[in-house]
Amino acid sequence: MAIRTDYLEVRGLTVSFDGFKAVDAVDLTVYQSDLRFLIGPNGAGKTTIIDALTGLVGATGSAKFGATELIGRKSHQIARLGVGRSFQTASVFTELSVLQNLDIAAGAKRSPLALLGVRRGIPDIVSKALETISLTAEVNKPAGVLSHGQKQWLEIGMLLVQDSQVLLLDEPVAGMSADEREQTGQLLKQVGADRTVIIVEHDMEFMRRFADSVTVLHGGKVLSEGSVAQVQADPRVQEVYLGRANATPDLAEAMEPADNPADESAPSPRAKV
Amino acid sequence: MIGYLKGPGRVWVGLALGAVVLFVLAPSVLSDFRLMLLGKYLCFAMVAVGIGLAWGRGGMLVLGQGVFFGLGAYLMAMHLKLSDAGPGKAPDFMLLYGSGVVPFWWEPFRSPVVTLVAILLLPAAIATVLGLAIFRRRVKGAYFAILSQALAAAFAILLIGQQTTTGGTNGLNGFRGFLGYNLFDPVNKQLIFSIAAAVLLAMLLLTWHLYRSRYGELLVAVRDQEERVRFLGYNPANIKLVAYAIAAAMAGVAGALFVPIAGIISPADVGVVPSIAFIIGVAIGGRNTLLGPVLGTILVAYAQTTLSEQFPGFWTYFQGALLILVIAFLPGGLASLWTVVKRGRRPGPPSAAPMAAAAADPALASEQKVSI
Ligand SMILES: Nc1ncnc2c1ncn2[C@@H]1O[C@H](COP(=O)(O)OP(=O)(O)OP(=O)(O)O)[C@@H](O)[C@H]1O
Ligand SMILES: [Mg+2]
Repeated sequence: MAIRTDYLEVRGLTVSFDGFKAVDAVDLTVYQSDLRFLIGPNGAGKTTIIDALTGLVGATGSAKFGATELIGRKSHQIARLGVGRSFQTASVFTELSVLQNLDIAAGAKRSPLALLGVRRGIPDIVSKALETISLTAEVNKPAGVLSHGQKQWLEIGMLLVQDSQVLLLDEPVAGMSADEREQTGQLLKQVGADRTVIIVEHDMEFMRRFADSVTVLHGGKVLSEGSVAQVQADPRVQEVYLGRANATPDLAEAMEPADNPADESAPSPRAKV
Repeated sequence: MIGYLKGPGRVWVGLALGAVVLFVLAPSVLSDFRLMLLGKYLCFAMVAVGIGLAWGRGGMLVLGQGVFFGLGAYLMAMHLKLSDAGPGKAPDFMLLYGSGVVPFWWEPFRSPVVTLVAILLLPAAIATVLGLAIFRRRVKGAYFAILSQALAAAFAILLIGQQTTTGGTNGLNGFRGFLGYNLFDPVNKQLIFSIAAAVLLAMLLLTWHLYRSRYGELLVAVRDQEERVRFLGYNPANIKLVAYAIAAAMAGVAGALFVPIAGIISPADVGVVPSIAFIIGVAIGGRNTLLGPVLGTILVAYAQTTLSEQFPGFWTYFQGALLILVIAFLPGGLASLWTVVKRGRRPGPPSAAPMAAAAADPALASEQKVSI
């Protein structure tokens, strides 16, 4: 895979739902090999940004990867341009095997004739991805029987074989055990080395451990941006997360109980795809 | 892995068995009348194979396959009427009810070649145009089902209204020859039956290949998570379109073969009721399997013939009850009975384990929750 030095440049991205601006003039610049975390309270607009970048919701403004404008294109075209995403709830094809999941993800550019053929063996790119996501032993298992963590890894594997240069991951470690989080973090560091990665997360400990840079979103706007330390020290960020300024300076402590990502009962603003 | 090795073998054995039954056994033990009856069932089964593909694998509840069945049937019937009438002459019913002038759009079907090509292409082409409009707009689920159902209703009404050009409610009937062969000759009846049997087996082979192909896997992916497939870089509309068009083509060919076998085609054979009957057979047999739809459809058609002979008026209720029972207690259809019995317990919600076999060989997939 050719190393690309393109970067993601978002300018004035705005998404309105019936006049309500879920994303409001957001600017973002994310470079390759810079693990960017996108954080913010529930309803801040994190998922909506990913939706806008991948054509799921209409948006105004601009989002360029390299020279290519993404806004205004259809979802499947954006995917073919090398922008891949995962979903807040793992969405693999549960009735298909791990191999079939990956093979489908690898095949968007296959010709109709190739699609009508039967797969023989395991494509190279798939076996490489299987190793990367440590699912080689599970290759013939239906994706539905994988553990929650394994499903998320399969999602990441699908993005890899899809040859995505931009990975937009929506809460990839939500609901994972501590071990699985650690492994996922390492995996993301590894795959992020030659890709542009945005990770939406509520888990502050995970963020502090793996983020190269952080963008804090609030009410659809960028509130703060910088290194983990810079963002943590920002009084506006503390205010958003605590409801009042100048309380506990430790963001991790402050945010963890309020925004437990594993808490399935947390009110969801809408059904996720 | 065992499932993978057994899978193709099982299908070959099944098809070989089917060939022996249809080519050797049936013609030698059945009377001409019964053989033609079975021939009709085989035509219904062809429609069912397509429904298995579009609905079982593709998740499209095609409630209007009667339209494509009817298209193929009327194309063939027009040709038979014209060839019975002789070169340049008008079919009998046109002389009886109309002006006796053959409408311009009938004329091309004097040619057997044009008719054959039209039967193969027209239903698929119409399905493609419809499908483009429907799938691009992301119409799915119940909306798709209602739309296809409405289409069948509209088609039947259209036919009924055209007494002088389509035979109206009576439809087209009284065919005497098929491609130059006398349709009353028992030898020719057997020949037509054999053609239907061969076509059905060929369709099964084609479908089996599709199920094993990458396309077949992709179709299941679209059925289960259409949006996810979109974000992998595919346009799900095109993937569904292919299955829909193939199902339409199969229904069209089925209709075309139905005409010389049944000797009649009328709006009652193509409207809402037969369209639903197709679905019922597939659901009862097991929509997610290769052979389930075929066996289910033949079974239901046979039961209908027998029961409605003995208890007229009772059949509709029986059919409804059967469908409800299957959906409630055997969502995978009769084809899943084997798995259920093997597990020795009542079928719960489809667990992932039996799907392992399905993953290795989709043709074996036998459990599928019924969702509309
Ligand atoms: N399709 C939609 N129609 C109307 N409002 C929407 C829609 N999608 C999102 N919203 C609203 O936009 C806002 C941002 O939602 P979004 O899902 O992007 O938040 P988020 O930052 O991902 O939150 P969470 O952390 O809970 O996932 C919310 O107020 C939400 O209710
Ligand atoms: Mg979200």
